[in-house]
Amino acid sequence: MMPVILWTDALVFLLIAVGIISAWWIRKHPHLTLPWRRVAQSKLAMVSLLVLSLFIMVGVLDSLHYRAALPGKNNGQTIYSPEVLSGFDALVSGLRSRTEKTYSAPLAAYLYAKESIETPYGKMKREYPRLKFGGAHLDDPEHELSGDAVKRGLIGAIVGLLAGKLLIAIFMAFFLQRRKTTAVEKGSFINNWISLFREMMKNKTSRAMLITTLILSMVIGSVAHLASVYHVLGTDKVGQDVLYLSLKSIRTGLVIGTATTLVMLPFALLLGVAAGYFRGWVDDVIQYVYTVLSSIPGVLLIAAAVLMMQVVIQMHADWFETAAQRADVRLLCLCMILGVTSWTGLCRLLRGETLKLREMEYIQAAQAFGVSPFRILTRHILPNVMHIVLISVVMDFSSLVLAEAVLSYVGVGVDPTTISFGTMINAARLEMGRDPMVWWALASAFCFMLILVLAANLFADAVRDAFDPRLNRTESTT
Amino acid sequence: MIAYLIRRILYAIPILIGVNLLTFALFFVVNTPDDMARMQLGIKRVTPEAIAKWKGQHGYDKPLWFNDKASGLSKLTNTIFVEKSARMFVFDFGYSDDGRNISREIQTRMVPSLAIALPTFLVGLLIYITFALLMTLFRATALDIAGVALCVLLMSISGLFYIIGGQFMASKLWHWMPISGYAGGLDSIKFVVLPIIIGVAGSVGSSSRWYRTIFLEEIGKDYVRTARAKGVSELHVLFRHVLKNAMIPILTGVVVVIPLLFLGSLLTESFFGIPGLGSYTIDAINAQDFSVVRAMVFLGSVLYIVGLILTDISYTMVDPRVRLQ
Repeated sequence: MMPVILWTDALVFLLIAVGIISAWWIRKHPHLTLPWRRVAQSKLAMVSLLVLSLFIMVGVLDSLHYRAALPGKNNGQTIYSPEVLSGFDALVSGLRSRTEKTYSAPLAAYLYAKESIETPYGKMKREYPRLKFGGAHLDDPEHELSGDAVKRGLIGAIVGLLAGKLLIAIFMAFFLQRRKTTAVEKGSFINNWISLFREMMKNKTSRAMLITTLILSMVIGSVAHLASVYHVLGTDKVGQDVLYLSLKSIRTGLVIGTATTLVMLPFALLLGVAAGYFRGWVDDVIQYVYTVLSSIPGVLLIAAAVLMMQVVIQMHADWFETAAQRADVRLLCLCMILGVTSWTGLCRLLRGETLKLREMEYIQAAQAFGVSPFRILTRHILPNVMHIVLISVVMDFSSLVLAEAVLSYVGVGVDPTTISFGTMINAARLEMGRDPMVWWALASAFCFMLILVLAANLFADAVRDAFDPRLNRTESTT
Repeated sequence: MIAYLIRRILYAIPILIGVNLLTFALFFVVNTPDDMARMQLGIKRVTPEAIAKWKGQHGYDKPLWFNDKASGLSKLTNTIFVEKSARMFVFDFGYSDDGRNISREIQTRMVPSLAIALPTFLVGLLIYITFALLMTLFRATALDIAGVALCVLLMSISGLFYIIGGQFMASKLWHWMPISGYAGGLDSIKFVVLPIIIGVAGSVGSSSRWYRTIFLEEIGKDYVRTARAKGVSELHVLFRHVLKNAMIPILTGVVVVIPLLFLGSLLTESFFGIPGLGSYTIDAINAQDFSVVRAMVFLGSVLYIVGLILTDISYTMVDPRVRLQ
């Protein structure tokens, strides 16, 4: 096995590192912790965060790429498969490898289209053939399938429920352990446990989180148990499992939503703050640049840039060792292009805020003491504009995920071989016209996207409410 | 006012030059015309003669900036930059890859685009503002919370879903109207209704929510309290006082997009087969027809700048304190 670190993987890991470091930094500073505490009190935000973290887990697992070693050796050297797989692929290898011939409906045992089959007596008959994997363990699918599916779903849900309870119990034990070290509490461990549970049930937010965890683990349990023998969301045109495609799409969506802001932030921060602080010709030049960029309608600029990038990638096919690497560079370029075209809004906001801040007394005092401009910018201005950056980053995330689907439809999105919501929708949208209708691929892409974007929107709202100083605190407690 | 307008138009020139240089750099410096020819003719097994011929046909066989072989002033003018890029300033967009005049295409395709974009814009504005005003009227009640929740849900749904779902329900399930196509004159009505409804529905969530925030910000101000203290009814306050005072933020977001309506909507037009500028752009992107994309980028930025100027003028109409000098 040879680990492969694609460019976007590196970005994902960088982001995780940044997240951990800033979490540690925030914990050390009470004034930074305060707004996050307000977020933590919001029921909706925490439930959304739970859902989001599930998506993020899938995305991160899907970012650990490797190339499997092939059997046999070439002059003592191991040969690696040209196919780049991920940790997630390894986890759900069954889903990935169990491909059918073509479409099949969710939880079906028969193929979508009729085929000529040879009967034991040598005659040809047109009928729906059995699936190779979906419901293959059943002798008589027509009668057994629904009963078996319900049974499997229930068993899976119960196992999932137990696993969820265990998870909560472990989490509570961890919590109690920490609490013991901080405050001396008497009484047995079990008693403490029960009292903590009562405490959690009394608090609206933690109760909602407990219930969500249990529901999620039940759903995951039953889907996982069903998926081992069925195609839970059906299969697509070339017989790939739609559930697998939907789960793989999550990583693409997350990368677009986060890496784009990572690319955009340095531009917006540096230029916005510099324009606001130095004014004069620096301001003029920066304003000129962002007016030019923002005066081109976004989609057109993105389309133009992506078209050019396509030409470059096609002309230099020799740069890339595997197809996955090429697709990945294209994804990264798309993030960069989206970033370059979208930094102007944030830059304008930051410039305005810095203009306001530089007239404040504490900045004038710093100037009078002879503090260098660089130090003023990093110590006094940057921390005071960070809330704007944070708000815009979380607010942009969902619109970027939605934009990816539209761009892929227009033909300027991710590489056609990259699995994403956009490519899924693009491939499935012509299937609505078939009779009987093939709706499952489209429906699952939209549903997964809806859940991801809705959770992100709700969380972003809570973050904005907590961080925006303009909002009236007494009103926004709901 | 006139002096202000002239100055604004003069300001627009350097920005358009910037846009022009940027697109030129994107299309010609990042990739040489040779690369483009190879893309169009297929990547492998292209003879140099075929490339030279393609470049000659499309006028890409000149130097980028400076022509050594020409004499006099044409050293500077007989170049790709002047022929392909600088000419756009006089709205001469040249010819597309299939040999059609782009300027004429734009003129004829503008009408269908407007037939959809303009009603969508007007109906949408009316509905979003009404919805937002209603939410503001019932603010902090269950109705308002339900409205906001609905908005968040609607804005979390992909725009593609509205189009695909709407097309499917209206045309296939209920057989209301044709799935796609377009006809000139009065016949066009049956083709444009569905795209308009879907276009309006597509941004109900985000727009209504945005207007609601604007109105809520206004409603906390002192003049509203004064009006209420004088015994003015809540409806009167909302429509006569708040709506008028909220005009400035509303206009900032709205007027800018009016000129851009000419360009139509990429998605709607291509899904419904409407021969407007949006589907023209998409077709050009799919066929990698760079001249058309370049023309649309330039046209788009011109229209955007016109929109900015119109925004400033509209301020003077709603707010007598604003004077343009």
